[in-house]
Amino acid sequence: MEHMKSEAEKKEYEKYVKQVTPVHSLPVNMAKAFLTGGLICVLGQALMNAGMDLGLNREDAGSWCSLLLVLLSALLTGWNIYPKLARFGGAGTLVPITGFANSVAAAAVEYQTEGEVFGKGSKIFSIAGPVILYGIFSSWVLGLIYWLGKILTWW
Amino acid sequence: MKQMMGKQSLELKNEVYVISGSSIAGSKEKEGPLGLCFDRTKEDPMMGMNSWEEAESALQEEAASLAIEKAGIMKEQIRMIFAGDLLAQSIASSFGIMKLGLPLYGLYGACSTMGEALSLGAMAVDGGYADFVLTLTSSHFGSAEKEFRFPLEYGNQRPLSAGWTVTGSGACVLGNKKSRVKITGITTGRIVDYGLKDSQNMGACMAPAACDTICASLRDFARKPEDYDRVITGDLGSIGQRILLALLREQGIDLHRQHLDCGMLIYDQDTQDTHAGGSGCGCAATVLTAYILPHLESGEWKRVLFVPTGALLSKVSFYEGMSVPGIAHGVILEHVPG
Repeated sequence: MEHMKSEAEKKEYEKYVKQVTPVHSLPVNMAKAFLTGGLICVLGQALMNAGMDLGLNREDAGSWCSLLLVLLSALLTGWNIYPKLARFGGAGTLVPITGFANSVAAAAVEYQTEGEVFGKGSKIFSIAGPVILYGIFSSWVLGLIYWLGKILTWW
Repeated sequence: MKQMMGKQSLELKNEVYVISGSSIAGSKEKEGPLGLCFDRTKEDPMMGMNSWEEAESALQEEAASLAIEKAGIMKEQIRMIFAGDLLAQSIASSFGIMKLGLPLYGLYGACSTMGEALSLGAMAVDGGYADFVLTLTSSHFGSAEKEFRFPLEYGNQRPLSAGWTVTGSGACVLGNKKSRVKITGITTGRIVDYGLKDSQNMGACMAPAACDTICASLRDFARKPEDYDRVITGDLGSIGQRILLALLREQGIDLHRQHLDCGMLIYDQDTQDTHAGGSGCGCAATVLTAYILPHLESGEWKRVLFVPTGALLSKVSFYEGMSVPGIAHGVILEHVPG
């Protein structure tokens, strides 16, 4: 038996492994994500409506809605409920703002044993960091395009 | 007497006995099919400590003490310890067995570490360099997730090919004092790389290594699968098992009657949400001490080839796009008639 394979044989083995490895059903996962993500959005809408009923304007109600969803997600993370929701909901719990809050809160819980600076301080954004970096970067690129377009009177 | 066998195996010329085995496991393992077999199970995953790493060390400390106690010897009679774990720089072992104050060889063989420890320990006893040695290893779900994947509370979906790291520690005292199980042969595994890069499908990454070691062992000792009651791999899981049996068939070996996998024994795949099966150093170690050794002691099994399997990756090698090579060490265990 060879202990290493040629590139062609590696590809062949990878193909074979793919064949025998079961995967989650995509339609089922999508349906679960739609349901879970949708419910989170319905909750957000309810919070926003409630805010406006209490006399807040649309913008303030929106801010309160985000704040409350983030708070709820952080609490559910600490109580070990959010990971269970995510196991069911997949991308439905990942994409809304609650997923972002979960990724920050989870890191804070996990790395508290390593101290305030090198633990929580430096690792709290270990999962959310890329989202922040590339989120800001892509909005900068879009801003640049918008600015250029203005100068060149595209719009 | 020549002790080297074939290309990569060796036969022990003296009697090397597995005098005792201890197993400490977590609550999920307790709920599994082997729940009643473990010496002790722990409800608190933190073991009353402050971190996952300290908890894993506590598991090792308890397993070590219990194995020494069950062997009926004083801890000072242990000449050396062979131990390792999955955490970076093997801190679970270092901090776990520090208190014993005994000479130590720290090992890293990923999840195959128990095979490595047993091999080296048996050689030390066989060579007359020790009357008694302690071999042990551990893994912990919390510390392994933190080391290799995400914070525990992070919500994500695990692929069906992923394994579940066993929380537990297994320890064996080897020596020249007669017991009901002895180690008679060793096949040292080599690194086998089929180029797979999916760290969430460890079974498929390690199956070629298991196949390589099993083939080498059978060839070196001129044996057939029928010469063994069981050939038991470490943590290939259900997908890895399927691939292993197929790879062996290509080599003209039919192992489906003898093969068991510790990862598939320790959890109930259907009810425990563990997907492919158990993994981690503690998987092979606790199944060995809680399940395999008792079967050998009673004589129900006469000869077993124990093949713990390891995936040699780190977080850095994975992120840098390297493959996940495997390694597997073979240890031949035999029943000693009373």
